[in-house]
Amino acid sequence: MSQGKVWAYGDNVNTDVIFPGRYTYQIMPPEEMARHALEDLDPGFAAGVKPGDVVVAGKNFGCGSSREQAAACLKASGVQAVVARSFARIYFRNAINLGLAVLQCDEAVDALATGDLAEVDFAKGEIRSPKGTFRFLPLPEAVIGIIEAGGLLEYTRKKLTKE
Amino acid sequence: MGKTFTEKVLGRRAGKDVQAGEVVSVSPDYVLSHDNSAAIIKEFQKLGVEKVKAPEKIVIVLDHIVPAADEKYAQNHKSIREFVAEQKIPHFFDINAGICHQVLPEQGFALPGLVIVGSDSHTPSYGALGAFAAGIGRTETACTWATDEIWLRVPETMRVDLSGRFRPGVFAKDLSLKLIGDHGAEMANYKAVEFAGPAAGELSVGARLTLANMSAEMGAKNGYFAPDATALKWLEGRARKPFAPVASDPDALYESVLAYDLDALEPQVACPHTVDNVKPVAAVAGTRVHQVLIGTCTNGRLEDLEAAAAILRGRKVHPSVRVLVIPASWQVYREALASGALAALVDAGCVILNSGCGPCLGAHEGLMAAGEVCLSTSNRNFQGRMGHRDSEIYLASPATAAATAVAGIIADPREFA
Repeated sequence: MSQGKVWAYGDNVNTDVIFPGRYTYQIMPPEEMARHALEDLDPGFAAGVKPGDVVVAGKNFGCGSSREQAAACLKASGVQAVVARSFARIYFRNAINLGLAVLQCDEAVDALATGDLAEVDFAKGEIRSPKGTFRFLPLPEAVIGIIEAGGLLEYTRKKLTKE
Repeated sequence: MGKTFTEKVLGRRAGKDVQAGEVVSVSPDYVLSHDNSAAIIKEFQKLGVEKVKAPEKIVIVLDHIVPAADEKYAQNHKSIREFVAEQKIPHFFDINAGICHQVLPEQGFALPGLVIVGSDSHTPSYGALGAFAAGIGRTETACTWATDEIWLRVPETMRVDLSGRFRPGVFAKDLSLKLIGDHGAEMANYKAVEFAGPAAGELSVGARLTLANMSAEMGAKNGYFAPDATALKWLEGRARKPFAPVASDPDALYESVLAYDLDALEPQVACPHTVDNVKPVAAVAGTRVHQVLIGTCTNGRLEDLEAAAAILRGRKVHPSVRVLVIPASWQVYREALASGALAALVDAGCVILNSGCGPCLGAHEGLMAAGEVCLSTSNRNFQGRMGHRDSEIYLASPATAAATAVAGIIADPREFA
């Protein structure tokens, strides 16, 4: 993965501003979800985001509703990872289940601002940027299989086939 | 060392001794979904299996946009009804039932010691009756339909010890807002919250449902009240299957313990745009509002409508305010008809809507224009949630909502006794 632009936000970025409720019960393809990503927080995001960009945020990213589009819309935007101090629990589950990288790293959040460049090295567990190199918390071992399979659907499909 | 409720109930289900921090795979008792079942069906169809594994465990309640507000929602509902028929899912509640988080307790699905997962963030509500209940996402709901299995991390538990009694005009909603205001919206992220102490047993089942529901706004995986005589009496004649209650051991290890004295509590209001931006009602009294919403899975039960009716009976809604009232379920609707609460609310000038989520999630039935302000008994006040991104939401109890409806400005319910 090459370097992408950082989009930095604050604490408690909730699912209503990541993917507004007015779209939640409309079924739409991922690319259309991406057009509404962060619409009520940063109206410039959806038009400006490029594949490989990195979203950086504070505590409790993704708090609020269980809507999965809040993870799906960012994955469809092509962001290589969301780096935050912490994630709301359902958001964390949804992101893993969809294969969106959600990384916890206080140092990166302290250092990075909107417009900085950053890249994630998953093999080494590092976020690299001109501002420094930061290690993120490893994911729980029990869920790595899901990510390796490319998300829960694929993981489950393989498991069902074996049965 | 003893174990917490959550360690015991998940351990029993996983068939081994577990402690906080472990990840277990369990077969749940029930899997809840609502209007989002339409999207879940689409994910399920990608799995390459014909049939859901355990149809009797699936509970589907249409509540988010009921009746359908436009043809897209109508199509969603249609596809859900077809799937329910085709898969022979016995527990389906159409648009004349109510909000899932009221319907599952009332209809005897939420029982002590059960493991319930739901594709809705307020699923922790069922902890009010001693169940383990946690919110999950859509994709994993689809996979659970296919496999009858889900992974869960066993959470650490935060205990909240309650003492004293609510003073007049103060309710469970005020306590939940005070907790979140004091400790922040991620106070219990990934954790269980157990409500205990001498006052917990004094709370009505409705008050317990409000607190367990709001544990979601603390970030919690599940909320919990030990099932006592009050809970068991409430469940008489409702329980769908036999159950074995589980309680925390006296020497269980808690991650933290908080203590709250209900006597010291005043009415609270969460201000825009976060649930943890909480102030005593006096600090925001006088704020102009355009709309008041009384209802939702947090505060749409009979005792909530009664608390609002006690203030609105014989009074009129302020001419510059529109008041929406949504009984949480048809059962609540009927009870509030019989008790006279609905008549009092209608006479005062309130609009009564069909049991469901209403405008809470921002899809229909009373959305706001730019610059408008709503005081709501719901659980979230995020920017743009209930309409235009430049509208504002304040959260409070049904009594504070009723006082505000009369005054046209945010008002202290204790002044309307």
